[in-house]
Amino acid sequence: MDESEFIIEVSLENKPAARDPVAETIKRDLIAKKGYDMISNVRSGQYLRINLLAKSENEAKEIVTNMCNDLRIFNPVTQNLTVLNVKKL
Amino acid sequence: MKVRIAVLMFPGSNCDLDTVHVLKEVMKVKTDLVWHNHFKERDYDGVILPGGFAFGDYLRAGIIAAHSPAIDEARIMLKDGRPVIGICNGFQILTEAQFLPGALLQNDSLKFICKWVNLVVENNKTVLSNKMKKGEVIDIPIAHGEGRFFTDDIKELEENNQIVFRYADEEGNVTDASNPNGSLGNIAGVCNLEQNCIGLMPHPERASEAIISPKGTTHGRLFFESVIEYITKRL
Repeated sequence: MDESEFIIEVSLENKPAARDPVAETIKRDLIAKKGYDMISNVRSGQYLRINLLAKSENEAKEIVTNMCNDLRIFNPVTQNLTVLNVKKL
Repeated sequence: MKVRIAVLMFPGSNCDLDTVHVLKEVMKVKTDLVWHNHFKERDYDGVILPGGFAFGDYLRAGIIAAHSPAIDEARIMLKDGRPVIGICNGFQILTEAQFLPGALLQNDSLKFICKWVNLVVENNKTVLSNKMKKGEVIDIPIAHGEGRFFTDDIKELEENNQIVFRYADEEGNVTDASNPNGSLGNIAGVCNLEQNCIGLMPHPERASEAIISPKGTTHGRLFFESVIEYITKRL
């Protein structure tokens, strides 16, 4: 099967048990103060957009997930990794 | 003295020369500053990963340095019982390399904190604390943005006696007010199960000469004396 180019977007965020002072500050000192009372929670994180060649969406996702595990792109002690989107170019 | 210690230099290290200065000029130990890609474990009895911002703290503090070939060399030292010490950024590198448990997160204040604090010694059997008394209060500075120690199993660390230092008040009481960065359990330094690898956020190399200590203390020397004592006994 021919390889195609994919873009995969992943996010890294602190696990719920690890406090997230960046998001707490955004919520407490900006959102809540400006009256957005309907906002109940905010979490911050990091975002990576990765281009790669793969034979299928599934393979692309598998390569990126394995790479993130192998290289500790996210720290499993404190963070969760989420694949947000996989797009074929 | 036969003891030979390496202080590693990563791109972005900035406490390397201070650490070398104290080891050479204050402790009178043979010490080399070694570029991380050139480090060979066979030449040394112990290694120190100094403070700074290795690889600019990109992605996460310590993660890129944790993939350096120096870490493979240090792993050999770790396994045969030689001291592997991480100070500040070095501590972050050692947790990312999984030599040590836990992780260091951004301070809960979101600010870089640079000030003198007190530590209380919880485990004085380690390579870095054998010259201290259990419960002794240590006067020492911290300087970090990501020093909030986190682990998902603090009980395991306590049961295994892996918590070496905690932030405390001047009397050695572990209180919320004496916790500078939100570290879980006020933890300032931890060791591996074998107690030859330790990471700590405070800077012993900045607390080893009275002239730069606000209270005139030199408690930082106790850390280096402990390492030297441990190595000397092994030689």
